[in-house]
Formats: sequence, structure tokens, C-alpha cells
Amino acid sequence: MSEKIVLKVSNLAKQYQELRAVDNISFSIKAGEIVGLLGPNGAGKTTTINMILGILEPSAGLIEISGKDLKNNRCQVSRQINFSAVYAQLPGNLTVRQNLYIFGLLYGVRNLKARIDFLLKDFALEKFSKTRTGLLSSGEASRLNLAKAVINKPYLLLLDEPTASLDPSIAQIIRQKIKTYVNQTGSAVLWTSHNMAEITDVCDRVIFMSHGRILLSGDPKTLPAEHDKKDLEELFIAVAREPLSFDK
Amino acid sequence: MSLTRIYAVFIRQIFLFKGNPVRLVAVFLWIFIDIILWGFISKYLSTFGAATFSFVNAVLGAIILWDFLGRIQQGVMTAFLEDIWSQNFINFFTSPLKIKEYVVGLVATSLATGLVGFLAMAVLAGLAFGYNVFKIGLIILPFMLILFIFAVAMGIFMTAIILRFGPSAEWLGWPIPFAMSVFAGVFYPISTLPGALQILSKIIPASYVFESLRGLGGTTLNLNLLTNFFVGFILAVFYLVIMYIFLIMIYRRNLKNGQLSRFSAES
Repeated sequence: MSEKIVLKVSNLAKQYQELRAVDNISFSIKAGEIVGLLGPNGAGKTTTINMILGILEPSAGLIEISGKDLKNNRCQVSRQINFSAVYAQLPGNLTVRQNLYIFGLLYGVRNLKARIDFLLKDFALEKFSKTRTGLLSSGEASRLNLAKAVINKPYLLLLDEPTASLDPSIAQIIRQKIKTYVNQTGSAVLWTSHNMAEITDVCDRVIFMSHGRILLSGDPKTLPAEHDKKDLEELFIAVAREPLSFDK
Repeated sequence: MSLTRIYAVFIRQIFLFKGNPVRLVAVFLWIFIDIILWGFISKYLSTFGAATFSFVNAVLGAIILWDFLGRIQQGVMTAFLEDIWSQNFINFFTSPLKIKEYVVGLVATSLATGLVGFLAMAVLAGLAFGYNVFKIGLIILPFMLILFIFAVAMGIFMTAIILRFGPSAEWLGWPIPFAMSVFAGVFYPISTLPGALQILSKIIPASYVFESLRGLGGTTLNLNLLTNFFVGFILAVFYLVIMYIFLIMIYRRNLKNGQLSRFSAES
């Protein structure tokens, strides 16, 4: 893992009238690091990811990607990031190849045809090349979403519950693909999931959020013991039910 | 502004036509119905008119140009709605795509479908009723430019409205061309309207187009083509600028309040 910081979030906040959805959070992710962003529903994880993606304007704070301020360099910075989320499926009325072609154009991918051919092969989607995306199974659609998410070889990959609703076998394949991608490219990953076993397996570090604030962070393998909990799941439940006991 | 990203927005819509030919049938079916229906109505009305006046010329020419305007406006709106219906919005706006590139891509798509529709109507009107839309000469082109700019402005306005109020506001976009045709003098001279409504016509760029072209068709209107062209053109550009600023304001508002990230077909 490199010491180079890919994502730096400083004093980030999002206020919706009376609701403080994200409350002055700061963290960073290094190149080659996979960080799990955890927390109960409504903790502020997706709000944080949306701000990093540039589709939600922060009320305060700074987001820097590879040293560049997102607010003033959105187009340039967006070329270096990508994302996959269970709620952001690709258009179902386009074929697998057409979808990859369009997003390859949007992200300015060079040698696009060769890149698409590589991704179709790498994600075992070759035989679905001319299939409409809407006809794919959940597992195939997830592989396509991930292929789209790495089409531009992003420095920063944002994954919002990428394995939700997938069977354990396909989820394992997806996890392996992401780990391989990070090992090969040294990219940074911010990963949200409610599957604690998955997070323990994949992530180098976790950040626990609740009520818009960061309550804990650390190594998912050692953090539970530091708080007298059996495993990450038990720690998650404690954070969700007794957030105040973890508040710094 | 990146031509590649504009092309991506454009080709995404073309892929939809390529992937489902039924969409093309829908485009040409309305063209066929419009020309045949209005062609026969005009032919019938011609039997009552003076020998010097051709209803076919007056009505078919108006229908072809008005359909061009409607097709451009609704083309921008439906191309935008396609991205909402397929939940593609979040994918597009997390990419490097800029809002202005997206709008230009939508306009390019609607221009392509609008021109194909216009040519198809012109050919069909010629074959079925012997009407030649180009018989008034190349003067038609600058006036079509006014219709195009105004239609784009209306399409952008509807895009902004849908972005603000959600896809359920789309119903507002469909009757706009019909409602506008009342005041634009598409089928009759503006002087036919009551005085108060004539004032409304003065602020609709399309009214200058139809008044001018009707004059060229041989009615009794006094023409000042150049004035009509410049007034219509300046008004159309004015609306385009205003509507684009309106869209950008709505986009920025949605970026702030989170509506952009939560935008979906159910909004």
C-alpha cells in the first residue's frame, strides 16, 4: 500500500434544513487501500458518497481527490473516479456492449474497443455482449456495473453495497474482482456494505458512522476486540443501538 | 465542451432506435396520420374556396413546419425522460459529463429526429397531394432556424420543469405545441385573434415565421420579411438564453438539496 493519499475529506458537512445528515467528518484513503464505510441506515454513508461523486453539494468542508479540489475541478476529477451502486443500474434497453461504449466515451477512455473487449472477457460477459442489460440476471448485471465502474481505470472507486441481493457465490466473485483490481492498479476503494463478514474479508480499514458523524475507525480484524466485542457484526449492532457510548 | 461526451449522449438515443424499430414506427405513423388527415381536410375545404387560394398549400405547409417545431421540443424532452425512465441519470451525472454537454447532446438527438420527420413529411405531402414545401425557396431555411431555436428553448424549459417537479410533470410538455399553435398563427393570420390575444402572439417567435411564410403563400398580408425574421430570431434566442439559465438554476438547486442524487422515475 502506497502512502499517496487519493481521497481526502476535511470537515465535510451536509445540512438539510433541520437535519444534519453529515456532521463535520474528516478522513482520507491511501492508494491501494480498501476502506469500509459502515453504519446503520440513515447514518450518512450514501450522502457522503454522493458528495464525493459530485452529485450533492456539501454545506461545508472540502473534498480532494489526488490533491485536486472536487468543487473547482469536477470534470477533471470525475475522470479519475467511478462508482457502482445497487440503486444505479445501467439502462436496461441498451445492450451490454452499448452501455460500456457510452460510458467509455463519457470517461474519455482511449482505445475503447480494446478496453471493452478486455472487460467483457475479464468479467465473463462476452456471451452477453449483444444482450439487453435489462435481461441480465442480478449477478450478470452486477458484473456489468463493476465493468463500467473500472472502465476508466479509476484512482478512486466508490462502491455502495456492490454485493447487495447477490448470492454468496457471485458476491465472492465480485469481491475477488475488486481485490484483484486494487492489487493490479493501486487504486483506492470506499466500500459500503451491511455484510460484516464481507467487510472483514475485504477492507484494510473501516469507518463507523452514526447520525452523520464518524464514531470509530480502525482495522476490521482488531477493532471489535478493542471495544470488547466478539466480531464486527456485534460492534456494528452496538454502534447502531448505543452510538452515544462510542462518541468521542 | 467535449464533443466525445456530446456524442455519447447522442449515440445513446440512437442506440434506442436501433435496438427497437417500433420506436421508428411510432415516429413515422404520426407523420403519416398528420399529412393524410390534414391533406384530405384541405382538399375538401378547397372545393369551397376561391380558385386563387389553395388550402392544401396553406394548411400542409403549416402542418409540416409546426410538426418540425413540436418534434424538436418533444425530442429534447423525451430524450431527457429516457434517462429518467431507465434510471440512468445518476450514472450520467457522476461521470465527467457537464450539464451543457448533456443539453447539447439532447438537442442533437432532437435535431436528427426532427429533420428526419420533416423530410418524411415533405416527401409524403409531395407524393400524396403534390405539395412542395420548398417551392417558396431557400427563404424557408432561416425561418426554420427560428422554429428550431424556439423549439429547443421550449424543450429546455420542459427539461427544467421535470428536473424541478419530477417526471410526473411530463404531461405539461405534450400539449405545449398545441396550446402555442393557437397564438402562433399557424393555421390563420394573427389578425383573426381578438386584440388581447394578438399581444400574446407578438411575444411568440413562431408567429413571425408563420405570418411571413403565409404571406409568401399568396394571402393578403403585408410583408416585411427582414423585420419579421430579425424580431422572430432575436425573440427565439432570448427565450433560449433565458430557458438555459432557468435549467442551470434548477440543476444547481437540485445539487444543493439532494434532489439530483435521489432523482428517479418515481420522483
